[in-house]
Amino acid sequence: MSATATTFDVAGVSTLPLDAALGECRDLLEDPSFPTVHAWKESGRKVLGHFQVYFPEELAHAAGMLPVKVRGAPVEMRLADSHFGSYLCSILRSSLEVALDGRLPLDMFVTHPICDSARNLAGVWNRNLPYPSQILYLPQNANSAGTAPYLRDEYARLLGDIEAVAGRRVTEPDLQRSVAVFNENRRLLREVYAIKRTTPWLLPVDEAYVLVALGALLPREEHNTLLRALVPQIRARTTRPQDKIRVILEGGFCEQPPLDLLSVIAQSCYVVDDDLLIGLRYLTRDVNEALDPLAALAEAYLDGSSYSPVQHDTRKPKEHMLLERLHGAGAQAAIIAAAKMCEPGLDEQVAYTKALDEAHIPYFVTEFEEKMSGFDQLQLQLETFVESILFD
Amino acid sequence: MPTTEQAIVGRGAQEGAQLMREWFARLDAAAERGEPAAYVFVMGSLAEILRAFDMHLVFPEINALQTAVRHVAHEYLGAAEDYGYSPDVCGYVKADVAMQLQGGKHPMGRIPKPALALATNACNTYVKWAEFWERYYKIPMVTLDIPGSRSADGGAARGTPAFESDRRYLEIQLRELIASCEQITGRMFDLERLREVLGYTNRMAAAWQRILELNQARPALFNALVDGTIYLGVLNALRGTREGAEYFERLVEEMEYKSAQGMGTIAEEQYRLLFVGVPCYPIFRRFHEMFADRGGVFVASSYLWFAAGGLDLGFQYDLSRPVESLAEGVLVGVRHAGDAMLFHDRSLIEQVDLFQADGIVYHPVKSCRTVSTSLAGSRKAIMKARDVQCLFIESDMMDRRVVSEAQLKNRIDAFFEGLDSRRLRTAAATA
Repeated sequence: MSATATTFDVAGVSTLPLDAALGECRDLLEDPSFPTVHAWKESGRKVLGHFQVYFPEELAHAAGMLPVKVRGAPVEMRLADSHFGSYLCSILRSSLEVALDGRLPLDMFVTHPICDSARNLAGVWNRNLPYPSQILYLPQNANSAGTAPYLRDEYARLLGDIEAVAGRRVTEPDLQRSVAVFNENRRLLREVYAIKRTTPWLLPVDEAYVLVALGALLPREEHNTLLRALVPQIRARTTRPQDKIRVILEGGFCEQPPLDLLSVIAQSCYVVDDDLLIGLRYLTRDVNEALDPLAALAEAYLDGSSYSPVQHDTRKPKEHMLLERLHGAGAQAAIIAAAKMCEPGLDEQVAYTKALDEAHIPYFVTEFEEKMSGFDQLQLQLETFVESILFD
Repeated sequence: MPTTEQAIVGRGAQEGAQLMREWFARLDAAAERGEPAAYVFVMGSLAEILRAFDMHLVFPEINALQTAVRHVAHEYLGAAEDYGYSPDVCGYVKADVAMQLQGGKHPMGRIPKPALALATNACNTYVKWAEFWERYYKIPMVTLDIPGSRSADGGAARGTPAFESDRRYLEIQLRELIASCEQITGRMFDLERLREVLGYTNRMAAAWQRILELNQARPALFNALVDGTIYLGVLNALRGTREGAEYFERLVEEMEYKSAQGMGTIAEEQYRLLFVGVPCYPIFRRFHEMFADRGGVFVASSYLWFAAGGLDLGFQYDLSRPVESLAEGVLVGVRHAGDAMLFHDRSLIEQVDLFQADGIVYHPVKSCRTVSTSLAGSRKAIMKARDVQCLFIESDMMDRRVVSEAQLKNRIDAFFEGLDSRRLRTAAATA
């Protein structure tokens, strides 16, 4: 069975021994040709690509489209570089690259103003790709009485555009069914993170990442099937705890660190919580299935979404939320990373490190790029950091 | 006794510089007296509401760029980087952070401390920036969502349900901002005062629109990069004031006079250029001279469009329903400013035609990704649509470490050689 085939046999993978199953998942994740997306398209269905971070995937799902998180790829730039200036993060370029060269075939693209660069993407896509592209204006003022009705309207507007691309009407029951599918996904992902927090020796950060990240590539029902099969196997592992420090990892909310970097971290640390691909699990609780689905999704975003450097909410000062995440996971230290040229991430590093200083919590600051390949120096620095804590 | 020409020509630049000096002096005096201020940004300053409470307005973008123009930005950038900011973060933010760390010390005086941080979503860095003030001073921060155009097709038309949803959302936020201002200042909101301020902004907007339009004259009446930046400073700093309204009406008078007399901004206009991006403040004069020395005049600039927060539209607030109309005007204006950065291809093509431009100079900067991210792609699109020469030069608006004057000069010289050669070829073909 190969994950590089045009389809990913979730049922088959689910029956494999755990390590072999995780290997198949990793192969699929690292395949830059997006085979599952092509397979979906070849079956005559449509794909909605949405750029990091937050997006109500339920809307695309309810319209029968495959929502795919556009999160770059460690690929060589051949086409995209000439469309951008110099001082930009890598994820922007690689996301356009895979769209331009056809590796990521979409029928609609949505970005949202998570940062000054990302807000440009609708215009960039519009110039260069034949399908509709647009901005979803998620609120940056979560604290106004007008925000919830506005966001419901904005979701309704987006849904109308999705319907036009999908070529079908989306009913309230359609939306309710999608919300239920995603609620199950959220519950399963919370289980994955619960394992990380309570028994991190059973699930290193790189393996957990692979499991979560497949949600960006698979139909969510299949992701649920996979998680339902693998989570019990992870719990049943007999791995014994090692002498590693418990850390949280911040900085993976948009551009993703290479898997090998996560493996390097896993060698000396238990990552007990993180913001890796936070957009796949940004709703920290289930969406109320009894309410008007659009209103429920809006309410869930406003009152139940995870913080990140690209979201502003006076109820959630980010440095306080970081400390809450750290204490909630029982971490001893923090790894504060940022993608190169990622302005929100780099800005937030300042606030995070000041807060950690004040709280006397050790931290390790680093930058990464999705296509970086040498980790020796980072490994050495990280080991020195870990030793300074272990032998303090 | 000066002639009419002596009395009028050049008046705008002189008076503008004087008004800015006076404005900084007022901020300095406010800092001395310990009076609080509202920290705001040029795209969505909401000067109209804040002035109705007689709050001092501090524009950190203007403060920051002044450090670059005065060749001291590197000192501020260094101090902010020592504090923890990355070299890859916006230079405006870092200059301001360093200024705050130094108690508001600025080359033109001292900046008063904030009592309110007001950011809009017109630029994401605004929000991150205001979060610094919120944390550092422990002051209230208000973020105003002003939804922009969702696609290259433009924003929803006035009167449509989509527009009304955005407008209603903004109106609610404005009323909440008013309540916050009442709490901070301890004063009741004065609707009549808002009407008065809106009236001044209306006069400024109408004049600004006219001034930009008048520069379609050949030869161009002012340089959009140098003179335009002075005008822009006044437009933002004095928005919603009587002196601002009077200044711009006098500026219209000057430009109409120059237009009637056929007086250009330089002696011999050779090439009419559009500027897209943010000025190169660390070498502001030299940058301009590299073009002016070759007869190049910037007849229009996207900077005068987005950094004016949309005032170039000339939107007129309806004084009979001030808050509702303010919501509509701010929505339309800031959305328009956003279009200047995110969806500008169509408008640039129109400007090439309207201003009979020979070339476009794209100047993306390291510091501002909102403006700079997609300019390379824009150049491709415009060149496909119009037979116009384009120059693409990257540097920064603050950080002299990424400004290479010699390299810029080489590229600019080559650009003019291309323009010369194109002109010769066209002349030969039509001879």
